Amino acid sequence: MTSAHPGLPEFDYVKPAGLKEASQFLAQHAPEARPFSGGTDTFVRMRDGFFNPKYLVDVKGLEGTRVLKIDEKEGLTIGAAIPMNRVVAFAEASRYPLLVEAAKSVASYQLRSRATIIGNICNASPAGDTIGACLAYQGVLNIHGVDGPKTLPLNGFFTGPGKNLLKPGDIVLSITLPVPPKGHAGRYIKLGRNRLSDLSIVGISAMGVKDSSTKSGYKFHLAIASVAPVPFIPAKAEEILANNALNTETIILAAQAAMDAVTPIDDVRGSAQYRKFMVRNLVNRAVTEIMQKLSA
Amino acid sequence: MGFHQISVKVNGNDEVVTVSSNMTLLRMLRESLALTGTKNGCAAGECGACTVMLNGEPVNSCMVLAVEVDGQEITTIEGLAKDGQLDIVQKTIIEKGGVQCGFCTPGMLISARALLNRNPHPTEEQVVEALVGNLCRCTGYSRIIESVQAAAERS
Repeated sequence: MTSAHPGLPEFDYVKPAGLKEASQFLAQHAPEARPFSGGTDTFVRMRDGFFNPKYLVDVKGLEGTRVLKIDEKEGLTIGAAIPMNRVVAFAEASRYPLLVEAAKSVASYQLRSRATIIGNICNASPAGDTIGACLAYQGVLNIHGVDGPKTLPLNGFFTGPGKNLLKPGDIVLSITLPVPPKGHAGRYIKLGRNRLSDLSIVGISAMGVKDSSTKSGYKFHLAIASVAPVPFIPAKAEEILANNALNTETIILAAQAAMDAVTPIDDVRGSAQYRKFMVRNLVNRAVTEIMQKLSA
Repeated sequence: MGFHQISVKVNGNDEVVTVSSNMTLLRMLRESLALTGTKNGCAAGECGACTVMLNGEPVNSCMVLAVEVDGQEITTIEGLAKDGQLDIVQKTIIEKGGVQCGFCTPGMLISARALLNRNPHPTEEQVVEALVGNLCRCTGYSRIIESVQAAAERS
């Protein structure tokens, strides 16, 4: 009989003592071994039969995964074992308001007790809510691989739905978000099927700051969830916002450019056409709200 | 498949349990420790019926492996009452009529207790946000939200 609530398939739980051992184990047993932290995505996908690892490797005890600190020069570093609720509650994280707003939009409080930002990134879902903020803040991943430690910028990390640049044996230990520009403002607008807790139909991460090096006097970073095979950066829209006097017409042009650039699909949460229109409307709204914050 | 012997404190009692790698905390509570107050709903981290406290923080116990709670502290609905006295959130949910079929109630009350522990005087919006991961198909939520607010006023 098929159970309505299938249990987890069989696997071996592995908790390596050290980084070297962990990377070697993952590399030797690729692709049958899979690292995990909160498990909130991994377990669901295992129950649904999307993947069936022979080994689940718990990274939460590994050196460098429990860090949550701010450094005046390096910025904010968030370890792979740090659940989203701890990031939200970390007073210094308020210097990264876009990240805090995005993290609070993920599922429910009790899921965020386990779900991690690093897990959100490694899953490489186009819908990942916290990825856009990490892109806007120019995040850099701190990784341990079979050849030792290395870093990778988040921009360019995603190669397709659920796919990224990680190699067998690579463990993302943490992400470092450099010190953000002073006086910046952020906004994450998540359109779900309900007001709270759903996955995004469209998610707009926007960050803006006054910047004397651009023609408009402003610089914007935008990233859009659920509209392309990877978290999407609408470069043309960012250029329009940098190179033209920032008024209602310019924002309309930038929002239209974002809409024209995205390549969403139809799925259970919304149609491709609806998503495109929502990108236009919500980019407009996010940029307008940021301009209001910056001029307040 | 591997088996692991873990030590865990559940509702104040020290327990030693042998668990398989793929056993969830939910299954361990219900099947190894016979604490069936915690319910199995969606098994996907969405409905909140299986919510328990792990070191004081609410988690979906279907989304935690039993082996992961080695050395940790768990509080289930069975551990909410103290010295034969119901917790205030239990009293007010009864008084306000926030229970109908009762399936969501254990998880709902764990989330409510955890909210009041971290924020003793939440606004209505904060109560809603804290309970968003606990689905109820009977009450329409109003009486549950009222009961948490009443518990906050009285504690």
